[in-house]
Amino acid sequence: MEFVSPEGLRLDGRRPMEMRQIRAEIGAVSRADGSAVFEMGNTKVIAAVYGPREVQNRSQQINDQALVRCEYSMANFSTGDRMRKPKGDRRSTEISLVIRQTMEACILTHLMPRSQIDIFVQVLQADGGTRSACINAATLALADAGIPMCDLVTSCSAGYLNSTALLDLNYVEDSAGGPDVTVGILPKSEKVTLLQMDAKLPMDTFENVMQLAIEGCKAVATYIREVLLENTKQLEYRRGV
Amino acid sequence: MEHRLANTWWMTVNEKKFIETTLLSDLRIDGRRPFDYRRLTIKFGRDDGSSEVQLGQTHVMAFVTSQLVQPYRDRPNEGTVSIYTEFSPMADPSFEAGRPGESSVELGRIIDRGLRESRAVDMESLCVIAGKLVWAIRIDLHILDNAGNLVDAANIAALTALSTFRRPECTLGGEDGQEVIIHPPEVREPHPLIIHHLPIAVTFGFFGDENIMVIDPTHKEESVMRGRMIVTLNTNGDVCAIQKAGGVGVMQSVIMQCLRIASVKAADMTSKIKNAVESYNTERALRKIKRHSSSAALDVNKPDVKLENQNQSVDQKEIGDLSGHHVERLKLISEERGVSHSNSMEGLRQSPEQDKTTRDVNSKGADFDVVETSLALHGALIPNTKLEESRREKPSEADPGQLLADLEPAPSPDGAVETGEQTNGKKTLVDAVKPKHKRRKKKSSNIDAS
Repeated sequence: MEFVSPEGLRLDGRRPMEMRQIRAEIGAVSRADGSAVFEMGNTKVIAAVYGPREVQNRSQQINDQALVRCEYSMANFSTGDRMRKPKGDRRSTEISLVIRQTMEACILTHLMPRSQIDIFVQVLQADGGTRSACINAATLALADAGIPMCDLVTSCSAGYLNSTALLDLNYVEDSAGGPDVTVGILPKSEKVTLLQMDAKLPMDTFENVMQLAIEGCKAVATYIREVLLENTKQLEYRRGV
Repeated sequence: MEHRLANTWWMTVNEKKFIETTLLSDLRIDGRRPFDYRRLTIKFGRDDGSSEVQLGQTHVMAFVTSQLVQPYRDRPNEGTVSIYTEFSPMADPSFEAGRPGESSVELGRIIDRGLRESRAVDMESLCVIAGKLVWAIRIDLHILDNAGNLVDAANIAALTALSTFRRPECTLGGEDGQEVIIHPPEVREPHPLIIHHLPIAVTFGFFGDENIMVIDPTHKEESVMRGRMIVTLNTNGDVCAIQKAGGVGVMQSVIMQCLRIASVKAADMTSKIKNAVESYNTERALRKIKRHSSSAALDVNKPDVKLENQNQSVDQKEIGDLSGHHVERLKLISEERGVSHSNSMEGLRQSPEQDKTTRDVNSKGADFDVVETSLALHGALIPNTKLEESRREKPSEADPGQLLADLEPAPSPDGAVETGEQTNGKKTLVDAVKPKHKRRKKKSSNIDAS
């Protein structure tokens, strides 16, 4: 199948190095301490953060840092065929673990000992790159909840099809069976905290694809900062400062 | 979650500090250098498709089994490979019985991605009838002891088990040509899987903020390290999978450096795995040669003892190390029968196992059948004893004649007695019993050998 036309356009009309349109909205869940909706093209994810609060299960309490928990789920209607997925299948368990560890790395957990932070992410529409979208949404929600973090974490994916490196794969490109590199960076220090890759890719090509994904992450970071700044300005305005 | 807690619990602050500080000067608590692996031991089970890998103290067992199933609808002509992990609560205090935990799921997914998404195993060759029947390969990974770096050990275990696995040959038959006949391994030689390349997982641990990294972290190092990256590559320089789930951030240049180090390690590991598999295959082939050569002896079918003797002496060389053992057994048995042999086997040592044999024989009251089967086992050495016996016991006709008759067919594998002198009524019963005994005992002698 041809994923890049001779004119250099992808299936949905993008250029190889072009990202889908991203949109973020803070404060989607009223009862949560922090929440956000993040969209990358047709992928739509909602995240809610509760905490820092008292540890629910006392045996899990950590005495010198906060306990971070994460739960990832996909809505039944999020994919093309509507089916009831068993809760806690292997894929979602793994993604929960990945999101939790990524977020744990940037939350200053030692400032909140003996407390618990819960992150819930749900995929509303899945069109490729759900993992990245979830991490971006979780970052926004954590920032909205006012949880101290050393940096934001932003994520983006990239792939390699028809010997072209493609940024931000959609579902069709993702399910083509080609390599899929998901990267999460700490934009201030430009260090990679999350890196996942599937399928086979020569080492030098991999470097290029990863570089492209990192560029994507930086673009997402710029946008997220804008959104957060706008949000803070509004809060300021409402308080009448 | 529990895994993390249990891990940090038993480590004191001092211990953790110590590990971190020594790493600053490139020292590790077990005396390795930062990019050294622990000692790798690969063992194979008796059956095809089972392996046991030890990486230092980490101990992982892998079993591969196959089954005919209906394929997935979107891939009608491809077999399936699935990986199941079993974290035994015995291996680590943080492992709990029951539902697989997060770390178990992650381990399975990493190995799964390395093996399946990089298409290491040829799936299309597992197809029997497109859309109806394909082989489903199941890999079971059992963690027996967790001393750190489970992923690498489990990955090697999975690869070695896969490379020694053989699926039974099957053909289509029946009236409509749609019926699948599975041939047992005794009838038709089972097929090995087609494996295109070996994706080797290499784990890096990151410590501190200065990005100190080590390869193959131990359990203690794992509880101190701030980040982990697992790189799966093959010898062609392809990256098959990467997993770095959060943790401390690393520069892009460091990642590329890791990849280069990992590719060297992967080449090293691949050669180790290939050597181990090759030696297993040679051993397996030798086992088979033995079987065939003894059946060749059957074809000779000569009543002449001396001719058979020649045939057997070739076998004897092949068996080599086993022979001493067999001689011992023979000796014991013959003693039991009260025939005092003053043969060359006297000086050999006596192991407890042989004692047991003696006792067995005792309880049966020097039953001839027992003697016979144990002789049948060790066909290689029989001729010598036999000759001696026949020489010795010629004067007394009744009993030794019977003995000789029983001894004669011993080397033949399925006990088909064809030599002229043994045509007596006892033969049929003996025939029925012998192959069974023989197969079982043959196996046991294989264990001794391995």
